[in-house]
Amino acid sequence: MEEKLSTNDSNLKITAKKKYALKKRRSMGSPVWLNLMYVPALLLFCVFIFYPFFNGIKISFTNWDGYSQAFSWVGIENYKRMLDDPNIGTVIKNTLIYGVGSTLFQNLIGLFYAILLNQSIKARGIVRTIVYLPAIISPLIMGYIWYFFFQFDGGALNDIILLFQDKPLNLLANPELNVWIITFVNTFQFIGIAMVIYLAGLQSIPADFYEAAELDGASASKKFRYITLPMLMPSITINVVLNLIGGLKLFDVIVALTNGGPGYASQSLSTMMYKIYFASQDAGYASALGNLTFVLISLISITALIYLRKKEIA
Amino acid sequence: MKKNNKWLIIVMAIIGITHIFPFYLLITTSFKPMDDPSSKWALPSFSYLDNFKNAWEQANLGQAFFNNIIITALSIILVIVIGAFASYPLARYKTRLNKFMYLLFISALIVPPLTILVPLYKFIVDIGGMNSYWSIILLHVTFNLPMTIFLFTGFISSIPVELDEAAMMDGMSRFGLFFRIIMPLLKPITATATILAGVNVWNDYQFSVFFLQSPEMKTMTVSLSSFFSQYTNNIGWVAAGSLLSALPIIILYLFLQKYFVSGLSSGAVKG
Repeated sequence: MEEKLSTNDSNLKITAKKKYALKKRRSMGSPVWLNLMYVPALLLFCVFIFYPFFNGIKISFTNWDGYSQAFSWVGIENYKRMLDDPNIGTVIKNTLIYGVGSTLFQNLIGLFYAILLNQSIKARGIVRTIVYLPAIISPLIMGYIWYFFFQFDGGALNDIILLFQDKPLNLLANPELNVWIITFVNTFQFIGIAMVIYLAGLQSIPADFYEAAELDGASASKKFRYITLPMLMPSITINVVLNLIGGLKLFDVIVALTNGGPGYASQSLSTMMYKIYFASQDAGYASALGNLTFVLISLISITALIYLRKKEIA
Repeated sequence: MKKNNKWLIIVMAIIGITHIFPFYLLITTSFKPMDDPSSKWALPSFSYLDNFKNAWEQANLGQAFFNNIIITALSIILVIVIGAFASYPLARYKTRLNKFMYLLFISALIVPPLTILVPLYKFIVDIGGMNSYWSIILLHVTFNLPMTIFLFTGFISSIPVELDEAAMMDGMSRFGLFFRIIMPLLKPITATATILAGVNVWNDYQFSVFFLQSPEMKTMTVSLSSFFSQYTNNIGWVAAGSLLSALPIIILYLFLQKYFVSGLSSGAVKG
């Protein structure tokens, strides 16, 4: 009897010990060796992101040509050159149009589609599938597909235009228009993603909110303004930030449709950097442009994120 | 109500047609010979297959297809394993250090790879990684890791800690716990992350065009773009090549639509 009691006692002690150890382990946080599990990821980041990133800042202060061993330090010369570059104004303007323009259209149209496709109608599944389809295609191929539509010689759009006038339009060579065509193609490709994010947002709004508003006699536009929009703020934040980053770094579609031309007319910072690095072998300047692009993208997207997050809480 | 419905259906039909017709153009263009004077809108006979044959041979798409499969498959495996591993301590042991690490990994989401192109290119040349599978795979893995870590960390955080505690009471080590308890639970998020990374890698042009320049290393998109600049006038070949390279992913999409949608929209999973 006594023996039994004592074993029970020791058992109790052991569980108490275990509990204490567990508590201690939890309060002390992670045992360091478990952090070994993120070392591979950290190594990859250091080697392929952080090291090149800091090296890029270094290169931007040199006149390195991209392949030889020789280079000399030129201070902020490459950044000064940007100010004098006759093309930089156009290129920054284009980059902003690609970024802000695509964001605006993707969100407006995406939200419209989401509201429409949230209605219970039989065909909505098929339409969703179709609207989403372009998002899975390579942007380069999407660019080629739209090239077939807009191209001067035998383009699908010109086949229609020729029904009304006898001269085809060379839209992709029009420096005023082609920037918007590129924005349109980028929008077209990623509307599906904006739509799906908004659909998820719409479906998370409790139905009683609308029922209560209806009891109070709220009109459709009031319901949208005071229920739908505020409840969708988190989705708006995600969409705006994702689309801004995507549009500001646009590259593939531009290469496929105009290759930045004519001249610099539809060049973005990404394609200009590519051109200056590989065609002009001006690695120092290209690197400075890369840093400018990085600052521009992070500044705009982080500002948008902070601004929209604040609205979410309010 | 019924009238309303009719309008809705009409608007939806217009949207559907607007979004499908570019693919229609792609198909008609790829089935027409170069000297076919008919409009791209007109249906082809579907009996002319030379565009596909020529594109496949001239653009060396067979090799490119093989490269795409190797690079995509290995990148996916690595990014999932490395990403899931990294996420476990980040999700379970939120020390100050690990919170900082998480932010560090996620912040890479806003670094567009293209902005560090010059130093990255120099680095890859220096380590002898031009035109090789391993360097492009490691690059893809690195730049797909932020999103993968984001997804896995969010998912693991949502698994109740009591599960870990119970397992540890039974004397399981933390590593054992990860492999035997946590890993089997990660299936749904693994599907999502696989598709997200897979689509990114399969469609990639930006990296591949810089680091895979020798003919036998080119991927589908790189082959297509050099093919396009060479045969700008021969749109039929370009269309056929584009169709061939997009087809595998379109077919997968039609079968696994649910996973594609949740994968590519995963930014919405958690703010």
